[in-house]
Amino acid sequence: MDAHAHHGPAKGLTRWLFTTNHKDIGTMYMWFSFAMFILGGAFAMIIRAELFQPGLQMVNPEFFNQMLTLHGLVMVFGAIMPAFVGLANYMIPMMIGAPDMALPRMNNWSFWILPFAFAMLVSTLFMEGGSPNFGWTFYAPLSTTYAPPSVTFFIFSIHIMGMSSIMGAINIIATVINMRAPGMTYMKMPMFVWTWLITAFLLVAVMPVLAGAVTMMLMDIHFGTSFFSAAGGGDPVLFQHVFWFFGHPEVYIVILPAFGVVSQIIPTFARKPLFGYDSMVYATASIAFLSFLVWAHHMFTVGMPIAGELFFMYATLLIAVPTGVKVFNWVTTMFRGSMTFETPMLFCIGFIILFTIGGFTGVMLAIAPADFQYHDSYFVVAHFHYVMVAGAVFSMTAAIYYWLPKWTGKMYDETLGKTQFWIAFIGFNLAFFPQHFLGLAGMPRRIPDYALQFTNFNMLSSIGAFIYGGAQVLLGFNVIRTIVAGKPVNDPKVWDGAQGLEWTLPTPAPYHTFTTPPEVK
Amino acid sequence: MSNIAVARTVAKLTVIVVAMFAFVFVVMVPLYDTLCAALGLNGKYLSGRAEVVETTVDESRTIKVQFVASNAEGMPWEFQPVQTTVQVHPGAVGTIVYHAHNGTDRDMIAQAVPSFVPARAARYVHKTECFCFQHQPLKAGESAELPMQFIIDQDLPREIRTISVSYTIFDITDMVDGETVASR
Repeated sequence: MDAHAHHGPAKGLTRWLFTTNHKDIGTMYMWFSFAMFILGGAFAMIIRAELFQPGLQMVNPEFFNQMLTLHGLVMVFGAIMPAFVGLANYMIPMMIGAPDMALPRMNNWSFWILPFAFAMLVSTLFMEGGSPNFGWTFYAPLSTTYAPPSVTFFIFSIHIMGMSSIMGAINIIATVINMRAPGMTYMKMPMFVWTWLITAFLLVAVMPVLAGAVTMMLMDIHFGTSFFSAAGGGDPVLFQHVFWFFGHPEVYIVILPAFGVVSQIIPTFARKPLFGYDSMVYATASIAFLSFLVWAHHMFTVGMPIAGELFFMYATLLIAVPTGVKVFNWVTTMFRGSMTFETPMLFCIGFIILFTIGGFTGVMLAIAPADFQYHDSYFVVAHFHYVMVAGAVFSMTAAIYYWLPKWTGKMYDETLGKTQFWIAFIGFNLAFFPQHFLGLAGMPRRIPDYALQFTNFNMLSSIGAFIYGGAQVLLGFNVIRTIVAGKPVNDPKVWDGAQGLEWTLPTPAPYHTFTTPPEVK
Repeated sequence: MSNIAVARTVAKLTVIVVAMFAFVFVVMVPLYDTLCAALGLNGKYLSGRAEVVETTVDESRTIKVQFVASNAEGMPWEFQPVQTTVQVHPGAVGTIVYHAHNGTDRDMIAQAVPSFVPARAARYVHKTECFCFQHQPLKAGESAELPMQFIIDQDLPREIRTISVSYTIFDITDMVDGETVASR
């Protein structure tokens, strides 16, 4: 260790530009993702305002499509993924007893390319022809032959985001494999570390596939190839296969770290160890493995042979088994525990209930013959918001409240936290539950106008979305209020049921931790 | 921690990243084409020149074959079918002619690429002669009648009554210096 290890952080802006400290980088990732979350949320508010009543009131259909596309891209790649990468950066070294990440300089690089990627993506809004308007799944030929000129900037920004994710993932794997404290065997690692290790392997495997997909688009658009153009002997359906070969593991990349967070928090407030730790590890690994075999369930209606429909249907239904194991284990952890309901716990319980609903609708969608009705309807929108928002975002919110005292040395206001939970829970369900009915009644997704009979549910949904958006402003307020005026906490454990190495460190966690590795029994 | 161990982990992971990127181009794309051709999906049935064989003509039904033409982006030729519809019995020989005119002031070479609707009809259209099997060179200002002869297979599913054949013409002048483009 060099002499700098004993200093505090550098002063001024250069601290953040040049930092290689995992806590600084984790903090920046999380603030960046919060900014993107608010931006993507603003896009969603425009979408929901337009859909408040039938007809075209606020925006024209072209701009609506751009909002829809940017909302999806910003939320998936800008808000959810960097939030969990930031959490991993901050927490994994503290959880495994390491002084920092294995590759601190690359860590700085993988964060700092992100703001440029998103600045470029969002700048397409001001370009001639507008921003990408083909949906976050950017199916060819909408994203090739019929794309606005700004699609090239979109492709480049996806490349940069991909590089950032790959570097982040390599860093996490290198840290977990090589830098665990003596005595911390794989099967003693906290669940959050396990889920992130598996997620990182998924990232390393599929982000290059996404890069391949956008590279093929780039070549079709500018270099005369015909990967996705039937006229030149290619096939637009190939795009869907390549995209979803990335896209399905991607949804587990988003949700597995959320599983890890919930598996850390529930034992704390149930005051019992996690039920079925080993089965949790194997379930996570099974989900990751199966995620490579189910991609075509997103494209049941493209005209697959019946054998293909059956294979992808059964493989998808199989995923319900390890996922069921996880939900069972969380519920069993709470069973007969001495539970208390602090804000992080409320968000985790909300997560379990709502994620399970999203899981059930997922099973409905997995059934190929039924999917022919649900395909591309609002039912799908409801389904993936139940798993992405109530899954990933609820658990990230839980993580923020859970570890905020450890990060800042100050306690958030419990009343405000609980208020945020209830606003978010009610707003979320009001926004997305009616969308199930809209979808079943036949309302297609990605439309700016709709038939009159869908009006009432859409109004409810829009009101819910505004309430849910308000809850996120309250989250930002709560965090800032805690940092500025929170009640100081000195107890290393913060929560009396908390287990794990990060709770043996002083509160707030010093700038450098575990410079000498702890001994794990 | 050992720096060598970290370097080794990073090296292995980098290999995975590069391999997965290559996998898209080297495995996924060819595998998709091969599977679709083998299963006759999405019109990817790779029909070369079919031999003319004496077969019975199925006069119990008539298939309407429609012809469409389009130009790939940046292709300035005039290109259209002379007659847009042909009625044939399965097993009988049908003939159609496309008209092409190079209205530019330079010599050009073109390649036509077919596609079929419905896609699963592709494997039942046997072409005994087609301009799409060769490159089509036309001098500046020259015109040509491009013939195509085909037989619809008697095994064509009975529910298919209309087949649309679309040819898209590509400018390949700059690409064929000694190299040939696979015809289909």
